[in-house]
Amino acid sequence: MSALSSLPQASSIAPQVDALFWFMLALCVIVVLGVLIAITVYSVKYRRGSPADRSGRLAQSTGIELAWTLIPLALFIGVFTWSLFVFARMRSPPEDSQTVYVIAKQWMWKAQHPGGQREINALHVPLGQPIRLTMTSEDVIHSFYVPAFRVKQDVLPGRYTQLWFTATQLGNFPLFCAEYCGLDHARMGGNIVVMAPADYSRWLEGHGGAQSLAARGATLFRNHGCSGCHGANASVHAPDLDGLYGRWVQLVDGSTVIADDRYIRDAILLPKQRLVAGFAPIMPSFSGQLSEEDLLALIAYLKSTSSTANDPPAIGSESTHEHD
Amino acid sequence: MSTIDATIPVPSARQGFLDGDESLRAWLSTRDHKRIAILYALGITGFFFLGGIAATLIRLNLVEPNGLLLNAETYNKAFTFHGVVMVWFFLIPSIPATLGNFLLPLMIGARDVAFPRLNLLSWYLYMAGGLFTVAALLAGGVDTGWTFYTPFSTMFSNTNVILVVVGVFITGFSSILTGLNFIVTVHALRIPGMTWFRLPLFVWSMYAVSLVMVLATPVLAMTLALIGLERLAHVGIFDPALGGDPLLFQHLFWFYSHPAVYIMILPAMGVVSEIIACFVRRRVFGYRFMTYSILALAVIGFLVWGHHMFVSGQSMYASMVFSILSFIVAVPSAIKVFNWTATLHKGDITFEAPMLYALGFVGLFMMGGLTGLILAAPALDVPLTDTYFVIAHFHYVMVGGSVMAYLGGIHFWWPKITGRTYPEGWARSAAVLMFFGFNLTFFPQYILGYEGMPRRYHSYLPEFQILNVLSSAGASILAVAYLLPVAYLLWSLRRGGTAGDNPWGARGLEWQTTSPPPKENFRRRPVVREAYAYDEPAP
Repeated sequence: MSALSSLPQASSIAPQVDALFWFMLALCVIVVLGVLIAITVYSVKYRRGSPADRSGRLAQSTGIELAWTLIPLALFIGVFTWSLFVFARMRSPPEDSQTVYVIAKQWMWKAQHPGGQREINALHVPLGQPIRLTMTSEDVIHSFYVPAFRVKQDVLPGRYTQLWFTATQLGNFPLFCAEYCGLDHARMGGNIVVMAPADYSRWLEGHGGAQSLAARGATLFRNHGCSGCHGANASVHAPDLDGLYGRWVQLVDGSTVIADDRYIRDAILLPKQRLVAGFAPIMPSFSGQLSEEDLLALIAYLKSTSSTANDPPAIGSESTHEHD
Repeated sequence: MSTIDATIPVPSARQGFLDGDESLRAWLSTRDHKRIAILYALGITGFFFLGGIAATLIRLNLVEPNGLLLNAETYNKAFTFHGVVMVWFFLIPSIPATLGNFLLPLMIGARDVAFPRLNLLSWYLYMAGGLFTVAALLAGGVDTGWTFYTPFSTMFSNTNVILVVVGVFITGFSSILTGLNFIVTVHALRIPGMTWFRLPLFVWSMYAVSLVMVLATPVLAMTLALIGLERLAHVGIFDPALGGDPLLFQHLFWFYSHPAVYIMILPAMGVVSEIIACFVRRRVFGYRFMTYSILALAVIGFLVWGHHMFVSGQSMYASMVFSILSFIVAVPSAIKVFNWTATLHKGDITFEAPMLYALGFVGLFMMGGLTGLILAAPALDVPLTDTYFVIAHFHYVMVGGSVMAYLGGIHFWWPKITGRTYPEGWARSAAVLMFFGFNLTFFPQYILGYEGMPRRYHSYLPEFQILNVLSSAGASILAVAYLLPVAYLLWSLRRGGTAGDNPWGARGLEWQTTSPPPKENFRRRPVVREAYAYDEPAP
């Protein structure tokens, strides 16, 4: 069906989105044609002066009206249900996703691979591998949009949003910013470069950072003094962060929260916001001392110390999992 | 028709509201709802063409992939001005403040609205808000988009955000006061015999839209005030750098701005119901269902705002709830389209210009509504939102729908308002030209959006050029089609034929008085019957 359009179906979700789209479009065309034909036929047949029989006209009919209330409603609920399945898939990254971090700013896209490779206004990904993007913005709201993949997600300052895709076609696909973000909004684009896995490995090696993201995070962890309190030999009574990522944390107010990307970010920048049960509230805020890149490196480091290598189950892009 | 009750002393049998004191001072201090409607019409027409100039610049610029004549900064200001002016200074007041003001008291047999002074104040507030907005343009413009998304609008834009926010804030009060006035008028000033289910659907639509104005607009006022506070005092409501939440802004903004869509479309539905009944010469099919669906739209319209936020970072479950509610709100709209169509059945149809506009409305509104269903499905909204698909969708509803209905209404009631007939041939040509120009402008934008062209782009990839050129060509046709009525309607004020009291043979109470109506609206008590009593002879 992609023959109807020049837009490639280059991700695993694209054919599912298109199937729903073409179905709904067909439904719309049928309704439009039906109504337009009725209007045309009536307009000709019942024009003033025509010989058509006008006796027995209904002024209202509860039966007819209920029919065209309930039939559309049933159709809508059917389409809604179908849409839910596709939407839920769009929002649920597979277990074996590989995480890449994306930072948006006026007016560029910066990507960081787990191996430490960085790129600007481009993102190299391997064919067939689910990629999960964890994204944040340094300034205003942007939106990561790849039409060929049928994916889009707003990128907000102060929080992480997520998007995933599995590329199914080799090649370059345009990346756009879809949320108006100021002067050069229209120029805030780039390319998603989908490569065969072997080529991708070579690309990674050729662009290898000096150290992996997690290793850079480990360096930051020492240099900013985090290890002084949170390290294994620390004298200060602070939570041990080894293996923290993805675990449930008990808070002072009795609620629990899962230690995901957002929790760790908030704990570093706003340590007084959600106090962990059993520890004195003595941690200073690192707001202003760490860039968005640094924060993501720290998160990658903490993740690397976790025994559960997988990301926590992410349902929805907003990762508030408070149980209170 | 012209037997006048001799017991009422009148200076002249044919003296209308336009006669009498014609000084500027008298006009600017008038409390006559009909004169206030004319004042509004002048303001609204002015703003329509201001917004239209911005649209012309946008379409001209997009002829070339790199932008034909504007730089990015000017382009961003042009689409912001276009959106702000068209939404708040044209679409929202258009039908309620002009046709509504003029017709609502006439249709229910009242002398005026309930609060004539408040009505005049509404106009002054509207104009004052407009002045702030034009001042912002003269001071260099604004580049936030009409949606004022934070934190861009509060902490990053270096343009005149405050001036525009103040302008829209003030104009909002004009909406609130008009809504309040109409609600009280419909409740308190109906002539005896005019029961709720005898009200013309136009009155029902005015009543419903007034409820929405009164309940939703205060939320807009509050949200705009918070933007101002955050810009000036960095209070930290919306900017995460200050501890705020940018999604909070979007929730508040769309809590107003989605019901605002119904402020724009409900009156259009009312107008079209009057026109279709008149030119089919039949009662509107399913009158009661039509009233219920008007009310359902007004109520459910408050519960669907989150469908603007499927990719915003809103939780998946919230998106699912807003999605099903958005599908449900489409049902009353579907009922209306089917009922208008059914009204044609076994009618006695003629195709004067108002009818052409009304039929154009039904077709274009239906296409806008159905593509809205596609956007109500989150799985499809994800790729399509913030692209030209959305632009096409809401222009089909707002321009193909509301503007067509507004112009249909202006033509339909022109003889009543001015006492003159307009040139029918010119009017029909303009209506047909508008229909084709509109489709050529906006249909290509559906395809552009599906192909992935984001909105608010000053420049674009070369593969999008053909569709953009088609759209701009359509826009030039549309521009001519909008200028034509200005020319021939102005011409008709002096040269048009004299309209009788009821040139269309319509059944509303407004057609039982003279054209134009006298200051006190009725010189003799109008005969009240069922709405659309086309199967009985005119009184």
